[in-house]
Order: sequence, then C-alpha cells, then structure tokens
Amino acid sequence: MANRYSLWSLIKNGLKHHESWQPAWKSPQPKKQYDVIIVGGGGHGLATAYYLAKEHGIKNVAVLEKGYLGGGNTARNTTIIRSNYLWDEAAHLYEHGLKLWEGLSQDLNFNVMFSQRGVMNVGHTLQDMRDIERRANANLLNGVDAVVMTPQEIKDMVPLIDISNRARYPIMGASFQPRGGVARHDAVAWGFARGASELGVDIIEQCEVTGLIIEGGRIKGVNTSRGDIMADRVGCVAAGNSSVLAKMAGLRLPLESHPLQAFVSESMKPCIDTVVMSNAVHGYVSQSDKGELVIGAGIDSYLGYGQRGSPHVIEHTAAAIIEMFPSFSRVRMNRQWGGIVDVSPDACPIISKTRIQGLYFNCGWGTGGFKATPGSGNVFAHTIAHDDPHPLNRAFSLDRFATGHLIDEHGAAAVAH
Amino acid sequence: MLVITCPYCQEAREEEEFSYAGEAYIARPAVPEEVDDATWGDYVFHRKNPRGWHWEQWQHVAGCRKVFAVKRHTVTYEIAGSWTLADGKALYLKEQA
Repeated sequence: MANRYSLWSLIKNGLKHHESWQPAWKSPQPKKQYDVIIVGGGGHGLATAYYLAKEHGIKNVAVLEKGYLGGGNTARNTTIIRSNYLWDEAAHLYEHGLKLWEGLSQDLNFNVMFSQRGVMNVGHTLQDMRDIERRANANLLNGVDAVVMTPQEIKDMVPLIDISNRARYPIMGASFQPRGGVARHDAVAWGFARGASELGVDIIEQCEVTGLIIEGGRIKGVNTSRGDIMADRVGCVAAGNSSVLAKMAGLRLPLESHPLQAFVSESMKPCIDTVVMSNAVHGYVSQSDKGELVIGAGIDSYLGYGQRGSPHVIEHTAAAIIEMFPSFSRVRMNRQWGGIVDVSPDACPIISKTRIQGLYFNCGWGTGGFKATPGSGNVFAHTIAHDDPHPLNRAFSLDRFATGHLIDEHGAAAVAH
Repeated sequence: MLVITCPYCQEAREEEEFSYAGEAYIARPAVPEEVDDATWGDYVFHRKNPRGWHWEQWQHVAGCRKVFAVKRHTVTYEIAGSWTLADGKALYLKEQA
C-alpha cells in the first residue's frame, strides 16, 4: 500500500511537519465503461466495492455518490454493532458482519475504532424477560455470544441505571452480548474508501444517478449528473432512496422510507462504558470517545425523505432515557439529526438479484444497517461477482415477499424497529 | 411536527393527535383466489414510497377516531390538503388519469 499507516509513517510525517500526507483515496474523472457500478457511496457501497476488488478480483469498479462519502446514514446512526438476532438466517448474516468487524482495522490498515464494550438489552416486563431468554438461547445455539443478566448484575456494570421499583417500568433483567460494541462511523466509510481506491476502484463523489439504462431486460449502464456511464452490472446500495432507484428500473420494492432521529449531549467524563438499549420504553444510549452521550430514537411513523423528523419523537426518547438514568435529566443536548431509513416489512434486509439481468439491490436495512456494514458488503460483492447469492444472503431475496418466507425480526430482534 | 387538518372535525391539530396509517388507495385484487403469488405479494408488501407527493391515510386517534386521506410531500413535508377517503379518492383517481 503506497500510503501505509503505521507508527513509522506517523514519526516520518511528524518530522516533516505533517505536510506530506497523501489523500486517502483518489478522486478520478469517471470513465465511460466499468465492469461494475455501485450506486451509493455509504459504508455498505464502499464495502461492496472493496470486497469486489479484494476477494473477487473485479477492480474495474466505480462507486457513484451523489453527495460526499458517508454523508447519508453512515454518518447519521448511533454506531451500535451487535449480532444477537433471533432467527437463524439473520443471526448468521449479522454474525458474519461482526466477525469481519473484529479484524477490520488490521485488514483496512485504518483504525475504525471498533470497541467491543458489549451491548445490553434490558427487559421491563415478564414477557420481555421470556423473549430475552429465548433469544439468548437461540443466539448460543447459533454460536453468537449471549448472557442473561439479573438487575443486580446490570447495576454492577452500569452504576447510574435505576433498577428500583420506583420506575414506571422497572428493569427486570437484560441480555448482554459481550462481543458487541461501537465503532467510529466516519472511519468506516473512509477506511473502505481508501482500501477500495488502493485496489483500483474509482470513487466518484458529486455524481448523482438520474436514470438506469436498460435494454432487453439487461442493465447497460446509468445516466448521471456527470454523463452516461456504462456497465453490465449495477449494484444499488442507496438506503432510503432505494425505492427511487427501483422506480427508474420500473421495479417496486417492499420498502417504506422513514426519518430516524438521534441526538448527542455535551461531552462529559466517562459514565457509561457499554451500550444500553431498551425495547420496551424505546431508547438506547452509549458514550462516545469524546464523552458525548449518543442517544437513538425510534422512527417517525410517517413516510419521509426530508432527513428530519418530529420533535415529539425525541421527547419520547429523552423521557425513556431519563426513566432509566434519572441522573441524566440535567445533561444538555448538543446536536440532533435525522437519517432516512428504508424499512422492510419483516425488518430484514433485501440483498438480491432482480428480474433485470445484472441489476442488484442491497437495501431494506431499516434502522440497523451500520452494524452489518462489512458483512453486507462482503455478501453483496459475492452476489454481484457470481450473479448468485452467497449462502448467507440467499434467504434475503426479493422473492420472499411472494413466497411468504419472511424472516420476521420485527418483534424478535433485540430492539424495536 | 406536522399540523394536520381533520376533515371531520374541521380543525387543524398537531400530529400527536393522529396516527399514520400508510399509503392510501392500494387496490386489493378483485378476485384474490385467482391472482398469483407475485401479484398478491405486491398488494400486501410492495409500496410506492415516492420521493414527492404522497397520498396517505391518517387516523384521528385522539379525536373523532376516523380515518381520512392526506396528500403530503415527502421531502418538504408540506400538506396539500386532507379529505374524507371518498372525496380524496375521486381527486386521486383524477390525478392518476
């Protein structure tokens, strides 16, 4: 790698007053023809391009991004990573992603700041606890680590949490995945972009796809704001805008795009060293390396592409967090934002071929796509390279909405979607 | 916060009084027994999900509890109007034609 990062490169560049660092990825002009075009330069799209080049030897690839890299949902999530899903298909897919996370910084030679601080899903009712035990057992059978905790064990790990009976919905226990955690979201996009660029992938920002060129049921290329670009294979990884791209191909997808909001507090001293999520009162919180509390809300109920939601959703989430952590009631919030998530009917992604030869979609990740970034890119690259799904994403085809073989993670996954 | 007018109560109220009830005017296949799985799957699961104007249903859950139609822009969140389901459908069909 021409621009390899190491302690040695840091010292060398330090001695040169940090004036000779090279750009992490190249920004070339688009060529007329590629083997594969990836539409969408978020984490999933960049990961797809990286694994296409690295594992399948397909290096004549372009990633087209209408804005800037990782400026969509990659930069708008709460960075939680876990794989404690109930159903076999989902558990295997997310676990594949988690295993890739564990070696990702070394693989990319880029510190994605993956921190396995554990993810805790608390239960507030008897039924919550039954579901937690069932899920933890299912996880263990699928080789996913899981522990069921008592309220006292929760309190020992997270001293600020209120486990008393004073709460409206007292905490009765939790599941805990020790290998779960968080990562730096920007670094994930940058790391994959740098890795892909190094292998010969063209990363083209400020290039919006405005149409798909289809002849005789085959994809031939895309119309963009920077001219037509041809390719026999096109992978769409556009999250909230997937339905818009599908419409260009005359396809309908089982997706609805909703705003999903999150917010962070001012920086504080370390007070919570794991991730706490609650399905029942709906809120989740972790603390970033900068000391901010990172808090995620639920989706706004209505369909929206506006990257903003309604204030009462934030109010509801803040109430839930204060219910669990009364001492946070005096914490001031710093920033708030919304991303557009593409929610599928069964809360599971679609990683699939379509009836148009050479056109592939990777979408429907809904509220939980960040955790799957490397796994998603890995299996989608396989799907594009072989024109056939990877065994791990075979069940996540578009066909399942005709056959009825849904993977219903809506109520089953560890947190409400 | 959306401000939605209920066509029954004839009053603009805040979004929290209402509950979103999905895309409006999805046509159910006339003879369900005769359609194939793909058509039925399309009816049950697939949605227009447009980036632009959207006909949708809202229910006035904290008011009259009636369901009605709203035409709303999904990027600006501007609301063009709200109608009873029947009145809205006439307008919707005229737009589609």
